[in-house]
Parts: sequence; structure tokens; C-alpha cells
Amino acid sequence: MNVNNMQNDNRSLDTICLNESKLKHTPFHFVKYILIGILFGLLLVKAEIVSWYRIQEMFRLQSFHMYGIIGSAVVVGMVSVLLIKRFNIKTIYGEPIVFQSKPFNKGQVYGGLLFGLGWAITGACPGPLYAQIGSGATIIIVTLLSAIVGTWFYGLIREKLPH
Amino acid sequence: MIDFLKQPWPWYIVGPLIGLMVPLLLIVGNKSFGISSSMRHICAACIPANISFFKYDWKKEAWNLFFIGGIFMGGLIATYWFANPNPIMVNPALAKELAQYGITDYSALVPVQLFNWQVLFTLKGILMIIGGGFLVGFGTRYAGGCTSGHAITGLSTLQFPSLIATICFMIGGFLMANFILPIILSL
Repeated sequence: MNVNNMQNDNRSLDTICLNESKLKHTPFHFVKYILIGILFGLLLVKAEIVSWYRIQEMFRLQSFHMYGIIGSAVVVGMVSVLLIKRFNIKTIYGEPIVFQSKPFNKGQVYGGLLFGLGWAITGACPGPLYAQIGSGATIIIVTLLSAIVGTWFYGLIREKLPH
Repeated sequence: MIDFLKQPWPWYIVGPLIGLMVPLLLIVGNKSFGISSSMRHICAACIPANISFFKYDWKKEAWNLFFIGGIFMGGLIATYWFANPNPIMVNPALAKELAQYGITDYSALVPVQLFNWQVLFTLKGILMIIGGGFLVGFGTRYAGGCTSGHAITGLSTLQFPSLIATICFMIGGFLMANFILPIILSL
């Protein structure tokens, strides 16, 4: 297998990794993603999605809040994706929008359970970790570093894990 | 207006706006809404250590790193300009349970009595801050996504594997919150 194939194979394990633009962009084009990130960070904090307490309520079925957020987000996301497909909407650069399918593997079960355990301890999935640090909880830098080590350790032992 | 924005925002406003992240990122640049892969890109950029999983051109995914930089700034803006002046409201049943473990401070969204630099050097702190973080990083990568990538993007695009992943996130969370975390909290 040549290097390029191997790289594509590797990147496709995370479907997120395959949609790259063929266009050449100036660094300025990244500003869009910073702005969208700021909006997302604001939403995460102001809706208390980054709250450890909200996550505990969710997993104890003591509040509808998180279910309402995830449920309504999925409905809006689903309708948006349907509209993009139905009307063949292109990106602002005129490129066709591509969707990749995620193939099933056992990782979604084992990894999913492990992440669930971690989510209930830290009260944060990866997005909220960054927002929590921004909100002034500096200790969460350690949680984030540990999560990066966890990601690295997965890469290290990946071939030995059931998939 | 500012006073209104300082209140916690309701789920029926924020949920749909988060759902709009999916088409927004697709339309501005064909990007799949997802966050946990940022940690993989950080590994690829900083500590690839000749591991094949980290041998790819992370610069092509640089948008994701700008996105998480934005999330950090959004958290900062929300806290310094739009902070809720009132204590956080939680379900009385939860408050009662947490009081048993001495958790009574509702001044911040991240409980200051559980997550602080002093606690880090205790068994409870190591389990929660370091152990919890490790499980989040290891688990999301093993599962191939987190709440944003699987539960929101994956379900929005009708991916069956994402439904399985989301169900497993919830099972793991229920087990931890109801059966294991009480033991850790009483340490």
C-alpha cells in the first residue's frame, strides 16, 4: 500500500477527516471557523451544557433540559441535511456538499461505553472541555490534557483492540 | 436586554441553534460538525511518535483547531460578559444527594469543590480529573466521535452506527452517574 493510500485509509477512520476542499484558501478563511466556534462556545455555556450539574441531572433523569437540547438539535440538523440534499445546496465556494457514511465497528459500542463513563465523571464531552477552560475553570486544562493522552493511547494500542 | 441574556438560555432556543451548526459548517466549507477529532489532530501535530493512526496531514484539518479556539473564546465571552449572577438552579433531589458528599457550592457550572488544583492531588481528584479526562479522550476516539460527531451530526445524517454509539454513551453515563460515581464522591 503506498503512502497516500495509507493516509487516506487512516483519515477515513474518522469520517470527519476526509472532507477537504480542493480550493486554495488564504489563512483568513479560518476566521469563519473561529466565529462559528465562538457562537458554539457561547451556546454551550449559556445553556449550561458545560454544567457538571446538568449532566448529572440528565443521567439521573431529573431534568428534561439536556434531552430537549440534543433532541431539538438532532431534529433541526436532520431537516437541514434533508434540505441540503433535496435542493442540492452547494458550499459558499460552489463545491458540492458531501456526506460520508460511518461504517459500523465494535468501537462504537466499547468506546461509546467508555466515553459515557467519562462523560458522567467530568460532566463534559470534548466541546464543553474547551468552553469550561474558557469560562475560567483552569483545572480543566488537566482534564483536557488527560483526554489528549487518552486519544494518544488509543492510537498506540489501536491494532490490539477489537473493532 | 443584557439582563435577559445573562439568564440561562432555554433548551428550545439553544437546541435548534446547535442543530444549525451542522448545515452551517457544511455550507461554509464542507465540514462535518465534530469536536473530539481535534484531540487526534493535536496528537498528530505534537506527539505523533511514529504511530500510524497519527500519520496524516493534520494541517488539512486545521479548521477544527480554529473551531475549538473559538469555543474557548466563546466560553470566555459568556462568562465575563453574560455571566448569570444567580446561583445555578438544580433539581432538589440532586442537590440533596450531592449535599451528602459535601457538594453545596452552586456558584460555578464546574463544581469548585470537586474540580480545583488542591483536589487534583487526592485520590478523588486523580480519578475524576485525570481518570475522567482519559476516558473521554480514549472513549471518543475508540467510538470514532463524541456527542457532536455521533449524536448530532451522525443522527442528523441518519447513520445507524451513530445511533448505537449514542445509546452506548447514555448507558455508560447512567452506569457511572448512578452506581460508580457515588462511590468516588464518597471517597
